[in-house]
Amino acid sequence: MVNERFIGGKKTIEGSIAVAETVINSEPDVIACFPITPSTHIAEHLDKAYTNGRVKSFVAVDSEFAAISTIVGASAAGARAFSTTSSQGLALMHEVLFAAAGLRLPLVMVVANRSLSAPLSIWNDHQDTMSERDSGWIQFYCESNQEVVDTIPLAYKVAEENQLPAMVCMDGFYLTHAVEQIIIPNHDDIIGFIGKYNPKIKLDPDNPVAMGVYAKPEHYQAFRVNLDRDMFKVKSSIVKHTNDWYGKLNRVHDNGLFEDYYASDADYVLIAVSSVCGNIKETVDKLREKGERVGLLRIKTFRPFPYKEVFDVIKNSRSVGVFEKSLSMGAYTPIYQDVLTSLNISSDDKRDIPLSSFIGGLGGRDIIEEHIIEMFKQIRKEKPIRDYVW
Amino acid sequence: MFDDREPKVPKVPYAVAGSQSENKTGSWRDQKPVVDKNKCINCGLCALHCPDGAIEIDSNGAKINYDYCKGCLICQNICPVNAISSEREQK
Repeated sequence: MVNERFIGGKKTIEGSIAVAETVINSEPDVIACFPITPSTHIAEHLDKAYTNGRVKSFVAVDSEFAAISTIVGASAAGARAFSTTSSQGLALMHEVLFAAAGLRLPLVMVVANRSLSAPLSIWNDHQDTMSERDSGWIQFYCESNQEVVDTIPLAYKVAEENQLPAMVCMDGFYLTHAVEQIIIPNHDDIIGFIGKYNPKIKLDPDNPVAMGVYAKPEHYQAFRVNLDRDMFKVKSSIVKHTNDWYGKLNRVHDNGLFEDYYASDADYVLIAVSSVCGNIKETVDKLREKGERVGLLRIKTFRPFPYKEVFDVIKNSRSVGVFEKSLSMGAYTPIYQDVLTSLNISSDDKRDIPLSSFIGGLGGRDIIEEHIIEMFKQIRKEKPIRDYVW
Repeated sequence: MFDDREPKVPKVPYAVAGSQSENKTGSWRDQKPVVDKNKCINCGLCALHCPDGAIEIDSNGAKINYDYCKGCLICQNICPVNAISSEREQK
């Protein structure tokens, strides 16, 4: 059926198309997408691939709600499934995201991060996926297009082994529309790594079951607690498979949970996620050349959150700041809350590390070197503040 | 806390076919439909319309399974010969 394959190798290619090619190489049985900026090119390319007979199916649906519902049904019937969306589309999927996690379906979805309305904006921030952090999906935040394409097979491996859905988050436009040299993992490597998907319990006419049935109060909590416990256990599985997979690819982006860019050897650390980390690394390099002991801790796996591991990296620093492109109105931002928790539950010597919160880059505002230098200046004051970056 | 009270459940919330029959819903009933066998003409309309599939038709007329009948009274409304009446459930 699949008559043409993209042979892996380095190509000058748009981020979205590289993502689509990697998905094609991962052999999904069912793909259902509804186009929404900035994830549109991924959906378009997969649709085209279906027309050319390169993927088994592509379901053209009428909304994001139908897209996620379609792949939930497909996955329940034992198919490997894929979808992609952004922003309002992810918000429309909200209800089914929780159902997918509760049903333990290993879906993989690439989310091209975009801000949420109102006011309407198509540009990048992380409000869409951060708002779904409690849904029970594993969340990977990727810095570069190369990392996104390398993370998709990893997401399938981790999701299918742990029976949990996974979101691969890539910054809209900064990554999706960037044309650059990307090495696309080839089909044989991916299938050799992730294998065939064959769940024990599925919708099967020969052995009929009903999935997602009603649970009374005496059982409901037990299902949800299982989900929570398994989510904590996923961390070791991510680390193990990341080592294997990056070893096979001969590329390393992170250790699966985070990337330590001079952070464990720094007095002043900035914590951030996704593509802005490229700019932060440049700035860290320049500041370290001047002899300043600064570093970056890039969180890769945000759900499950690596509490102990984050603490081990920042425990010797004098002051830490968290930069985020999302808000929880009237409260501190999502990653800040988790980093603070990690300090609280891990610190045994009661040494306070001042933790500052920086909010910026909302709706596509660029974060450039002078912003990052200013953030480090604030962190160096060793006094926790909460401020907006303009 | 209270670990010994934690129920054991499978990873995936699923039910095998037919397991719903263990879940007897007759106790939800407030109004109880009663068939007058003398008036019943065995037309089968009530059995077709029963949303719980709780009515069977045999040579003696309609027979309601009170283990599963939730008392919606659609059967009473649909009956062409008014053979089904209802009474308040006594608990």
